[in-house]
Amino acid sequence: MNPVYIAGAGMTKFGRSEWSLMKLASVASLEALHHADLGEFPVDGVVVANMGAARVNKQTALGSALVDQLALYPATAESVENGPASGASAFKVGVQAIGSGMADVVLVTGVERMRVVNGLEGTDFVASLSHPEAEYIYGVTLPSLAGMFARLYMDRYGVERKHLAMVAIKNHENGTKNPYAHITQTVTMEGILTLPEAAVNNPPIAEPLHLFDCCPVSDGAAAVVLVSEAVAKKLPGPKVRVAGIGQATDTHTVHEREDPTDLKSVRLASEKAFSMAGLTPADVDVAELHDAFTILEIAESEAAGFFPKGEGHKALERGETKLGGKLPINPSGGLKAKGHPVGATGVAQLVELTWQLRGEAEGRQVEGAKVAYACNFGGFGNNVVATVLQREES
Amino acid sequence: MGNVSDLEGLLRPPAMDMPVYPPKAITLASGEKMVVRQVTRDEVPTLLEAIYPLLWVERDFYDIVAARLFGELLAYKRYRVKDEYVLAGLIDGVLAGMVNGRLVDEKTGMSYHTLTIRRGLRVGSHLFAAKMEYHIEHCGQDEVLIVAESPIGFRRWMIEYPLEKRFEVQHELGGVPSWILPRDTYYAAKPRLVAGTRPVPEDVLRTADTIELPAEEIVVRQVAGEKEGQE
Repeated sequence: MNPVYIAGAGMTKFGRSEWSLMKLASVASLEALHHADLGEFPVDGVVVANMGAARVNKQTALGSALVDQLALYPATAESVENGPASGASAFKVGVQAIGSGMADVVLVTGVERMRVVNGLEGTDFVASLSHPEAEYIYGVTLPSLAGMFARLYMDRYGVERKHLAMVAIKNHENGTKNPYAHITQTVTMEGILTLPEAAVNNPPIAEPLHLFDCCPVSDGAAAVVLVSEAVAKKLPGPKVRVAGIGQATDTHTVHEREDPTDLKSVRLASEKAFSMAGLTPADVDVAELHDAFTILEIAESEAAGFFPKGEGHKALERGETKLGGKLPINPSGGLKAKGHPVGATGVAQLVELTWQLRGEAEGRQVEGAKVAYACNFGGFGNNVVATVLQREES
Repeated sequence: MGNVSDLEGLLRPPAMDMPVYPPKAITLASGEKMVVRQVTRDEVPTLLEAIYPLLWVERDFYDIVAARLFGELLAYKRYRVKDEYVLAGLIDGVLAGMVNGRLVDEKTGMSYHTLTIRRGLRVGSHLFAAKMEYHIEHCGQDEVLIVAESPIGFRRWMIEYPLEKRFEVQHELGGVPSWILPRDTYYAAKPRLVAGTRPVPEDVLRTADTIELPAEEIVVRQVAGEKEGQE
């Protein structure tokens, strides 16, 4: 595969937005194109990631719509729907287009506008990714799957609610340093766990997961501009190369897995990505993990290979995953604080890592970051895309 | 009815003896302490100033809640509603939210409105709980009549407590028929929903002596969120 570079990255502030779906996508795309400073190079293709627009916004064919919004004709246009992994899947499509030599410049944009429906409908639309006959019809939701997963994980590996709270506290703190984050409010161990008031402040959602263990429902968009080596050489700014990308799937239903606490798809996708990059988890300086629920940050940090199984919460306890630690995880605030507009999330992770590798992450910059890793977790672990990015010195 | 003061006597509803709500302090998820205390009539203009910019915020029915609450607080200040009370939540003296209601008679209370200014910390949930606590524990009432004007309110009150239907009773706010929080349900929900400690330490209580308001644009932003992304 030919080398692929990220030349530009941009996003909207996540949260509740009054902007239309296409305005969100357009603004993020224009930010990324401005960041890339492409000059005379035209955009050959556009890939848009989204999960729910057909249902909640009554709009389809978003790739074509975005080409039109930005007057990028006759660029090719694709739309990618792959549940919560839509963002990184769309990114992969863009990487393949450039890596194969079919394109020199591809804009990859993830967008979701899901706050137009109420919380119950939003939860239901996300739950539609579960198995229709074996899970969905029984009322399974993503919080309920995560609750069962967390219970088993805690039982087997000694994870306690205080560890889940530590993830929330860390990521909320990081979110206060990110002007694009949905939530910029710190939380404390006393306020969400140890004081009597915590029972009211942090009510159960799906035991053992409580309110502050769950990401918010967000609107937002994120975009990156991918370019070929030939184009990258002529552009200003630091070079961020897509060093490795891996994808793996697992059974649709969680209960069919031999060990439901084994995030096999994260493990396999990460192994592929690191193998392609010729790097190991030990080389990674900063990571963005898919912490839709706090337990997932801990479990993914192990499955990706950063810590041995059952040791992720201990690394968290030692402060290794906070900013300034050995391996900062989710400096953006993660899904937990930055927010989770589902189709945009996978792209937003790569936007954050691009800024980190270019030294542009301002108050949350991981000093000297050269290798970055992202895990975009689709379904409840049945479709995962892992990406390794590397800064190349000019 | 020979003079103005005689007429005022007819316009002003007769008042029951109402206990003072004893202040309490609640530690929020952020670690900040919110003092919940009763609001005097003299402080009502300050609350009205906070409510005013919300009259035009459609999100989550803030406009209708703000408009009705504005009138209710004015009626409280000028003695045009019977046996009303107002509670406020203050974080470092800054207004985080307010609730009000009134006593229908010795046995029955009527919840009016809950308005949160500082969102994302369950301030409204805490203040609504304080209101129920006032009716049941401090006024010794048997039940509180309640309606909701927004889906958020419906989830917080009707579902979380949960409330019982009392549809044969028309709530004073009009619109939908009433729901009710009976004393037993209140006590069953109390461990989950009613928080706070008393007495409030003197230094914390002093922070709530006067009500400060966040800037108008902060009030609207906190309530309505980003209206147009990062523009």
